[in-house]
Amino acid sequence: MKKIFLAFILYFISLNYLYALIEVDITRGNLDPLPIAVSPLYVDVKSVEHEDVKVKELGNNISEIIEKNFKNTGLFNPLKKEAFVQKPDIAHLKPRFEDWRLIKAQALVTGKLLVKDGKLKVEFRLWDLTAAKEMTALAFTTTPSNWRRVAHIISDKIYERLTGEEGYFDTRIIYVSEEGPKSERVKKLAIMDQDGANTKYLTLGNELVLTPRFNPTNQMITYLSYFRNMPRVYLLDIETGKQEVVGNFPGMTFAPRFSPDGKKIIMSFAEDGNSDIYTMDLETRVVERITNHSSIDTSPSFSPDGKYIAFNSDRSGLQQLYVMRSDGSNVKRITFGKGIYGTPVWSPRGDLIAFTKMRKGRFYIGVMRTDGSGERLLTENYYQEAPSWSPNGRVLVFYRETKAGSKGEGFSATLWSIDITGYNERKLTTKTDASDPSWSSLLSK
Amino acid sequence: MILNKNLKNIFLVIFTTLILSACSTAKKSGDLDGDVYTGKETVKYLASGVPDRVFFATNKSSLTTASRATLRKQATYLRKNKKLNVTIEGHADERGTREYNLALGERRANAAKDYLMTYGISGKRITVISYGKEKPVNPASSTLAWSQNRRSVTVKVN
Repeated sequence: MKKIFLAFILYFISLNYLYALIEVDITRGNLDPLPIAVSPLYVDVKSVEHEDVKVKELGNNISEIIEKNFKNTGLFNPLKKEAFVQKPDIAHLKPRFEDWRLIKAQALVTGKLLVKDGKLKVEFRLWDLTAAKEMTALAFTTTPSNWRRVAHIISDKIYERLTGEEGYFDTRIIYVSEEGPKSERVKKLAIMDQDGANTKYLTLGNELVLTPRFNPTNQMITYLSYFRNMPRVYLLDIETGKQEVVGNFPGMTFAPRFSPDGKKIIMSFAEDGNSDIYTMDLETRVVERITNHSSIDTSPSFSPDGKYIAFNSDRSGLQQLYVMRSDGSNVKRITFGKGIYGTPVWSPRGDLIAFTKMRKGRFYIGVMRTDGSGERLLTENYYQEAPSWSPNGRVLVFYRETKAGSKGEGFSATLWSIDITGYNERKLTTKTDASDPSWSSLLSK
Repeated sequence: MILNKNLKNIFLVIFTTLILSACSTAKKSGDLDGDVYTGKETVKYLASGVPDRVFFATNKSSLTTASRATLRKQATYLRKNKKLNVTIEGHADERGTREYNLALGERRANAAKDYLMTYGISGKRITVISYGKEKPVNPASSTLAWSQNRRSVTVKVN
C-alpha cells in the first residue's frame, strides 16, 4: 500500500489564486447545488492496453466516479453528458465558455490521460465558466490499476478549490460485515473505498469481531475480537495481515481507538465487572489507568491535539458524556439534556463532538460543542449509533438497525452518512449488511 | 350545579379506575415484573429445579429477589458437584450502544458471580464473559424479547 502512495508523483501545472467567482458554501445545507459539467477525460491515442484496465473506457469511467462523488456531497449537481457541447480533447485545451453556460453549467472539469510504459498519466483542469477562467489544474502519474484513486484525488482537488475545505473522497471505510440470521450473525472485518468499491474482507468470520478503528496512517486497525472466546483488543496490520493482542489484561478489553499520534491505544478494561479507561503505549507497552470509578466508563475518544479525552459514563446513574484531560484529571460532565448519551467522537477539526442520544425509545445522531453546548440532533431513527467523522469534519458515517419481527425477520444493519448541517442523509452501498463504520483519513496526504 | 358536581365525581371515579387498571397491566403484563422477565420460556436447567439464568431490568445489573433465589439453587448445585466449573455469560438487550452494552453484560455476569461466591463457590470455578447485545436469545424487537435478552446465563464448561 505504501508503495502505491509513493508511486504518486504530484506536480502542479498552474494554480490560479485569483478571486473565485464561484464558490460553494458548505456550512449550511445546500438546497441549490452548484451545476457542474464533468467532461469525460480524453484518452490520448498513443495509449496502449495495460493488463485488465479498460484503457479506452478509462476517461469515461474516471469522469463517472467524479460525478458520483460530487452528487453524493449534495453540494453539486453534475449535469447530464448528453447535453455536453464540446468534445473532451477540445474542451480540455480551451472551452467555449459561452456554450457551456448555455447548458447552465457554472463549473467545468476537463482532462486527458495517457497509458504508456506501464504508467497512467493524468491531467485535469477546473474551469470557472462564469468568469471564463481556469481555476485549478493538476497532473500526476501513477500505475494504471490505481485509476479509481485518480478519480478520487481529482474529486478532492476540485472540492477543495470550490469549497475551501479539504476533500474526503480518497478515503476508505472500515466496518463490520454482517450475514446470517439475527441471533447467529457472522461478522467479519471489511474495508472498502468510501464510494463502496473495492470491498475486501480482513477476517474470515470464525470469531465475533466488533468496533474496528484506523490508526492515523490508515495502515493499522484496532478492533475487538472474541478469538478463543476471550474478548480482547487486537491490532491488525492491513499490509501484512499480522494480528496481535494488545496488552496482557486478565479480562475483557474493548472499545479501542488510536491516539491522534498513533502511538497509543485507548480502550476500556473490565476488571471484576467494572469497566474503566486505560491507554497502552504500543512501543513501550506501558499501560496507564486513566479513569478509576465504580461506574461504566467506556467509548473514549481523544481530541485531535491529544490533550483531552471524551467518554461516556453512567456514574450519574445513566449514560452521559464527560470530558477530561488526557491524564484523567479534571473530569467534567458535558451533557445535561433529557435522555441518555453515548459514543462521543471528537471531530478531526476539534470543534465538535458527535454522539448517539437515546430518548423515549428513539435513537439520534447529533453534534455539540466540546463543552456540551449547542446540541444539534441531525437524524432520528428506531436504532442508530456510533458516528465516525469524515476527515474534513463535515460528514458523519454511522450504522442503523431495523426493527425485527417475532422471529427476527426484517432485521437489517446498514451504513448511512449525513452532513453535519443535518442535510444529505444517504445510505452507503455495502456488499453485505454492515455496522461499526470508521472513516480513514485522506490516503494521499 | 349539584348535578354537575355529581357528574364530575363520577368522571373522577371512572378516571381513577382507568389509571389503576392501566397501572396493573403495566406491572404484570404476562411474564414481566416492572421490566424484568419472570417467565420460563427461554430458561434451561443445569439440573432438575436449577434454572440456568437470571434476568435484569433495563440498564441495571442488580439482582432481584427471584434472581437471588435462582442463584442460591445454582450455588447448592455447584457445592454438590465440586468438580464442575462454569462460565457466566452476561447479555444486554439491543436498545443501547454496542460498547456500553458490552460493559453492562460484564457487570451483570459479575453480579451473578459475586452472589455465587458469597454462597461459598470459589471464584476460580467461575469465568465470566460478556456478549453485550451480540447474542440475543430472542431475536424479536419487542418488550418481551428485550426482557428475555437482559440476562446472565450460567453454562457448564466441563
